[in-house]
Amino acid sequence: MRINGATTVLELEPRVSLLDALRDELGLTGTKKGCDQGACGACTVLVDGERINSCLALAVQYSGREITTVEGVDHPLQAAFVANDGLQCGYCTPGQICSAIGMLAEHAAGAPSAVTEHLCEPDPELTDAEIRERMSGNLCRCGAYNGIVDSVREVAVAEQLR
Amino acid sequence: MRPFGYVSAPDVATAVRVVSTEPNAKFLGGGTNLVDLMREGVERPDTLVDVTGLPLTAIEELPGGGVRIGALVRNARLAADPLIRSRYPVLSRALLSGASAQLRNVATVGGNLVQRTRCPYFYDHASACNKREPGAGCDAIGGVNRNHAVLGASEHCIATHPSDMAVALAALDAVVELESVRGTRRVPLLDLHRLPGETPHVETVLTADELITAVELPHLPVAAASHYRKVRDRASYAFALVSVAAALHVREGVVTDVRLALGGVAAKPWRAHQAERVLLGAEATEEVFLRAADAELAAATGLPDNTFKIELARRTIVATLQELLTDGSAA
Repeated sequence: MRINGATTVLELEPRVSLLDALRDELGLTGTKKGCDQGACGACTVLVDGERINSCLALAVQYSGREITTVEGVDHPLQAAFVANDGLQCGYCTPGQICSAIGMLAEHAAGAPSAVTEHLCEPDPELTDAEIRERMSGNLCRCGAYNGIVDSVREVAVAEQLR
Repeated sequence: MRPFGYVSAPDVATAVRVVSTEPNAKFLGGGTNLVDLMREGVERPDTLVDVTGLPLTAIEELPGGGVRIGALVRNARLAADPLIRSRYPVLSRALLSGASAQLRNVATVGGNLVQRTRCPYFYDHASACNKREPGAGCDAIGGVNRNHAVLGASEHCIATHPSDMAVALAALDAVVELESVRGTRRVPLLDLHRLPGETPHVETVLTADELITAVELPHLPVAAASHYRKVRDRASYAFALVSVAAALHVREGVVTDVRLALGGVAAKPWRAHQAERVLLGAEATEEVFLRAADAELAAATGLPDNTFKIELARRTIVATLQELLTDGSAA
């Protein structure tokens, strides 16, 4: 498997999830197990730059794909989450960070969301409503959503200025 | 999770051959529903045939103006496709209102169609469920049934089909292509899913060894003015209580073409033929929209927790048609 830029050889049963492979086999415990059923987003990782729930992914299906976990992330979002109180307990944070990285890439590629007013708009503005909708796959039981939205907006604006 | 064998299929012929010959084998797409059901012990295959490597990932314009969608196109990519966004906006909207971005990045078109109900009694081994265990009974009928069906249910099952995408496809007259060792066949989407009747565990007309390979959308000009409205308990990342897929064309105040389908109300995406009959050729007014909704919902029956859905469906039908009328796209 290709994880955070390195190649790792693993021998796994087909029933092992990508999440369990990362945490139990490789000790990459940054990726969190929340619901283990695709309902909370705590296990979000990037595969070839796209965000997915690693709990519903069988590891065997992701052999050879470029997987990035929070341990392999070095992104302005991390400092922004700290500066904007984008967390309290922090359990959802690795998933939030990976999800936001994937989300910003989707937005940059012109992907619409359920709240995009004009579906054919090639470059929908990343309003707070857009950020909330696009990040709805990541729950935060502490309720740090306002800080999370502030963090994502701050980084999105900075990226657009760059 | 029970152990199982895993095969990555190199081509369609191998995939359908292995599933037809190996006992208790299933196709594996994105896994977003199947892996969950296996972890819960509801699905218990002995072999999974991974089809995600098959070359069924194209979105192609057809000579007649329709579109052919490979069964392995991921939901997110289909929703963002320029052809779908401009010609079939109801499909983009439906896809974008389903699940989360993470799930849409993985879930396939074929898998979306054959995903299973999220009825909690179906998942709970301590409860009776005729889908999970034919003949066991249905604890949803006397239980908590807020999310359950008001159309087409039976005394054996009141589960709903959870897909948003399929509701849009039902409105768009989509056709599903199936492949097996016996060859290829094409089934209208409206005939793919079955109502529960006495066999709620038989959810589609697919045989166990048939693979969905593509979905085709016909050339359908009315779809350019189409919308999907989804009503749910929270604003995002929740299944529908009621949803409406609608396409409408109005000329000089009269409905000249219309497509209408409902989600969250039945075991299959529910095409509202009765309502369409009232609408076609009638004046495009709120009064007519209400009459059309009432015609469709005349057969609806509620249970203690879900009777509200009938009125909710009525209002959502009217609101969706009004929106298409007033935003100018239907003219």
